[in-house]
Amino acid sequence: MPETSRDLQLTADGELRHFLAIEGLDQALLTRILDTADSFIEVGERTIKKVPLLRGRTVVNLFFEPSTRTRSTFELAAKRLSADVLNLDIGTSATSKGESLSDTLLNLRAMASDMFVMRHSQSGAPHFVAQSVTPDVAIINAGDGRHEHPTQAMLDMLTIRQHMKTFRGLRVAIVGDVQHSRVARSQIRALNTLGVDEVRLIAPDTLLPHEPEALGARVFHRMEEGLRNVDVIIMLRLQHERMEGALLPSESEFYRMYGLTREKLAYANPGALVMHPGPINRGVEIESAVADGPQSVILGQVTNGIAVRMAVMSMSMGGQLNERQSATGEGVAST
Amino acid sequence: MKWRVDNVHPVIDGEPAAEATSALVVDGRIAALGAGLSGERVEREVDGAGQWLLPGLIDLNCHLPEPGSDRGGSIESETRAAARGGFTTVCTTPDTSPVNDSSAVTHLIRDVAERNGHTRVLPVGALTRGLEGERLSDMAGLTRAGCVALGNGGHATASSRVLRRCMAYAHTFDIRLFLQPENASLASDGCAHDGLVAARMGLPGIPEVAETTAVNELLMLAEETGANLHIGPLSCARSVTLVRAAKEAGHSVTAEVGIAHLVATEAAIEGYNGTFHSRPPLRTEADRRALLEGVESGVIDAIVSQHRPSDKAAKLAPFPETQPGLSTVESTLSLGLERVAAGELSRGALLRALTSGPARVLGLDAPTIAEDSVADLTLVAPEQHWMPAVGSLYSAGPHLPVMERELPGVVMLTAVDGRIRHEHEGDGS
Repeated sequence: MPETSRDLQLTADGELRHFLAIEGLDQALLTRILDTADSFIEVGERTIKKVPLLRGRTVVNLFFEPSTRTRSTFELAAKRLSADVLNLDIGTSATSKGESLSDTLLNLRAMASDMFVMRHSQSGAPHFVAQSVTPDVAIINAGDGRHEHPTQAMLDMLTIRQHMKTFRGLRVAIVGDVQHSRVARSQIRALNTLGVDEVRLIAPDTLLPHEPEALGARVFHRMEEGLRNVDVIIMLRLQHERMEGALLPSESEFYRMYGLTREKLAYANPGALVMHPGPINRGVEIESAVADGPQSVILGQVTNGIAVRMAVMSMSMGGQLNERQSATGEGVAST
Repeated sequence: MKWRVDNVHPVIDGEPAAEATSALVVDGRIAALGAGLSGERVEREVDGAGQWLLPGLIDLNCHLPEPGSDRGGSIESETRAAARGGFTTVCTTPDTSPVNDSSAVTHLIRDVAERNGHTRVLPVGALTRGLEGERLSDMAGLTRAGCVALGNGGHATASSRVLRRCMAYAHTFDIRLFLQPENASLASDGCAHDGLVAARMGLPGIPEVAETTAVNELLMLAEETGANLHIGPLSCARSVTLVRAAKEAGHSVTAEVGIAHLVATEAAIEGYNGTFHSRPPLRTEADRRALLEGVESGVIDAIVSQHRPSDKAAKLAPFPETQPGLSTVESTLSLGLERVAAGELSRGALLRALTSGPARVLGLDAPTIAEDSVADLTLVAPEQHWMPAVGSLYSAGPHLPVMERELPGVVMLTAVDGRIRHEHEGDGS
């Protein structure tokens, strides 16, 4: 029977061995990820930006969906941990020749891979791989369908913690296309687990799940009400396809109702943080003056991305190696 | 062959008789019933102490993967599983490969079933060519070749206009229609009930209205054209309400539900468990309860296995890419008896929904245990238990709703036309 998200991600000792989803991880573990990431920020400021934690280990970037930014930050993170990195653009190779996902991964495992960083268009794909295909390779979810994008959520959490110091008492609003957003699902879980006061979703019904309360958030339809008294505003990226799917009339109407302008920002608490997972559609989700304004922390989010990915990669590798060691007696790598 | 079973409780209209009796089977019929048959010389004597003697169970919705690839079993393997499950008759769905849309395919299925089958096999033909929902199949030819009904095989007919013409044409020749209700544009790329679990797991949902609007459409088109409509499998409470209203208004519609929908809900897909990827999707607990109530009240005429064997690889993929369907034909009766034991369904309603209910849908006489009735018989030990486990199943599909759990009700013997096609081996534990 499939294991729970918690069982699948953690070793018997409660260490991370795969990083698939925020769901199933507790506050202590999320805090440890943030603390570890904090310590790696310093590495990025050195002249030689490397630590030997993954030396001799092979990390394979498996992107079944195109991505530039996420993949680059994962690659940089792996290299800063001294791993050997293999980038595979799967979209154009194996699976298009009819090879099944399982067969592709089993082949890669046979090349002595230690970690798969995986992005896939189907929800649950990394979960499936960790459970049924290669449980002994650490799987890092770099985004699966509409399910989760946990490293993105953790870097957002790191950014919030840097600015707000604590999660307690915060009200956070997530605005836009929640229904199709893996980022939002991870963020809502992380925020609730880390103990914020309230998570709000602001969107029209077409961009919300059928039963949005299932996600653990309060739903608003209007910015004026939803932004009142919030401390953090997270704007989600709006895909152009949403217009074709008859979910929205037009980008300009979306901007009028849900775009974050200086005027709407004024409903939030003074000094509220403005965040966006990027890439930004200026004039669709957000006004340029707000994106580049004093309350925006959007660029800081990108820097934190490398540190957070280093943290989950090193922690998962550690858990995975300890497990392998107890199973086969293989020694733990350097340091 | 001449054989006899003693000390059994015949089940008539879903109720086991209090008195035990004997039944003598000669040349495919029950030749005599009652005490004092022990003097007859027979080839076999079966002790049925503590067991029920049921008219053979009938499954209206069972996928037999032949013709097709050999990866998900054969008519031989799956009817053997059906006989083990107590079924003496299975209706096989039209979505074979190639699709059963021509009399040649129908004849092929009947020939193979005649040669290798362990139960009666009644083919259901395709309503449209290739099940593509565009052109009518040779409906009259298919029924002449032996199809007992025509259906959409789970492929929604997108065009209401085509559907209306199918119904009108079918009515002309008095052809029965087995239609699974689904509005294709509302179901879209969904793979799970559009509810709490899908929202959390980020799975594209199939909303309830994808079924209810289709149920409404089918009911209205059948009313207008006079078509003989059998609808299902149903998955949600509102569909039961719609069918009930149609029946109360005097329409002759009948309905079915799959056993999986009576035992499981959307919670079963937690952890991306592809085994429970079903079409229609498993929905909420309230829906499950309403479906059980529909069986209890008779609004739903038949419980079907909706058996869909698939090989192991078919479920080894990310959830949305797994093949929908479960291997249920071996365990349908036991899963139903488990619901009876849980107090969720009466024994009579369960047994009727597996015998007289589906017989009525097919326009057959009510199956019974009586002298001179056809000896399609199922002998069940209701107090005994068995445990489905990988490796001990007859079906080629290893995806059962329940594994490694004791289930009540062991089918001790299944006879088709008087011939014993399955006998339980071992001590029943």
